[in-house]
Amino acid sequence: MPETATPGEPSSGTVTVPLHAVAHARTGDKGNRLNASVIAFRPELFAPLVEQVTEDRVRALFAHRCPGRISRHVLPNLGALNFVIDDVLDGGVNQSLNLDGHGKTLSFLLLTLTVEIPEGLLSGTG
Amino acid sequence: MEADVFRIGSGAGFSGDRLDAPGPVVDTLIAAGGPSAIIFETLGERTLALAQLARRSGGAGWEPLLELLLEPVLARCVRNGVRIIGNFGAADPAGAARLIAEIAARQGVGQARIAVVRGDDLLESAETVALLESVRCEPPLDGRPVAANLYLGARAIAEALDAGADIVVTGRVADPALALGPLVHHFGWDWDDWDRLAAGTLAGHLLECGAQVSGGYFADPGRKDVPDAHDIGFPIAEMTADGGFTITKAAGTGGCVTPATVKEQILYEVHDPAGYLTPDVVLDITGVTVEQVGPDRVAVAGARGRPRPETLKATVCYEGGWLGEGEISYAGPNAAARARLALDVLARRIPPGCAWRGDIIGVTSVFGDDAGRRLDGHAGAAGDDVRVRLAVAAPDRRSAERGAQEVLALYTCGPAGGGGVRTSVRPRINTASAYLPRAAVEARFTMLETSHA
Repeated sequence: MPETATPGEPSSGTVTVPLHAVAHARTGDKGNRLNASVIAFRPELFAPLVEQVTEDRVRALFAHRCPGRISRHVLPNLGALNFVIDDVLDGGVNQSLNLDGHGKTLSFLLLTLTVEIPEGLLSGTG
Repeated sequence: MEADVFRIGSGAGFSGDRLDAPGPVVDTLIAAGGPSAIIFETLGERTLALAQLARRSGGAGWEPLLELLLEPVLARCVRNGVRIIGNFGAADPAGAARLIAEIAARQGVGQARIAVVRGDDLLESAETVALLESVRCEPPLDGRPVAANLYLGARAIAEALDAGADIVVTGRVADPALALGPLVHHFGWDWDDWDRLAAGTLAGHLLECGAQVSGGYFADPGRKDVPDAHDIGFPIAEMTADGGFTITKAAGTGGCVTPATVKEQILYEVHDPAGYLTPDVVLDITGVTVEQVGPDRVAVAGARGRPRPETLKATVCYEGGWLGEGEISYAGPNAAARARLALDVLARRIPPGCAWRGDIIGVTSVFGDDAGRRLDGHAGAAGDDVRVRLAVAAPDRRSAERGAQEVLALYTCGPAGGGGVRTSVRPRINTASAYLPRAAVEARFTMLETSHA
């Protein structure tokens, strides 16, 4: 799974873009559990996120952190997904040797996932 | 006439927040004219353990910046009826209250009534220590407890305000309780009016991290631009009796309040959005809506509540050995290869019995993992200005120092051209969670007796 992609490569009316082009995100930590919101910039961009930003793809993106349980919560009112990812903080902020033991920077790892967006929806994004 | 609105401003979102932030918030609350409060959230998971350690070694057990945070606003708040609620009491709420009384007297508002909320500190009495020992900690403790504190709810705060407190000093309480307390005091909501308690808790959740809802921790140039990011105004919630509220911010400041900033903070540190557990209510945000209703004004509606849990959460901080760190830079031709060689050298010289991690800042560091899988996956990456970082977790101080010392030794023994070594050694504090039966714990407030009363 590529972690980054260059915009372009249109196929059958869609464009492959990093999630960063169509959504924003914030992570939070509790112990060794990370939560990561993914929020569509505009309501019409939410459906492709629900379809494509799946637990399996998030698991693959975090594979080097050996995630445990991953759950995804869908919040249509907010145009947002909330991922809860267990065991990816190397023990949590107090136990981890990572410079970023909170996992605060991981929101932008998540935003490197790519999604296919109908071309017409992309204008005016961000 | 304006409907009955209660305003709550945020004065701090963590220990170490901007000291000039509370001023414009208080100005805005006073200009608005109605009943109001300002809350200070300064306790992270480990902050309280650090405060306990400071107190035991003869220092202050309260928020180190307390005086600097309150001095600019205290007299104005007292004179204008802006209630102050803060968990800046940390490990010594009574000591913090005495300090605040001194500041108040100095500023000519010695009549201020200061309440102290107690009951969170489980190491305070033999009974609560025994209670803690009777329940399971997750993960199990493998070090000496330094601090053990319950997350108390809003009730003692509301009761202190009912009794006439101008200032309420707490130790550990659930962060949103700092806001829910004054709301329940003002509106007289019942403690089983779950939907209103949920609305107040959501407002508190949005305020508890300070600028994180008003343009702080948000800017991403070209995607999410934030005006005057050097001067972000701290947030204010305007609550009405029915539980509807608006998030805005201090007047004349930078930053922004938009649906996007509010959404990011709604979900911050939330797991199951249908069941966010607090001591006062189980909050369900799945029906929450946000709507821009004016410049830097976002209306939030739809919070739902369910009966509060029967247990209270405690965070136990315990001694976790020592951390040694060292960094060294390599730049120019073949820099990344020299950095990798440095890590290889370090890996063979780690003191026995120590866990360690190596990063190459500029290739991968924070996205990586303790085992170095991601760094290995970037084997070909070249950077022309990179920094090696070694972190060593040791059971004792000497081993942590030896680990850090190995980075220093690279000056003469390591690859060519290393420079800029920095090393540090410090004790680590680990945390565990425990759940205690609510009925076994008593949260209470006392009013500080001062000579000025």
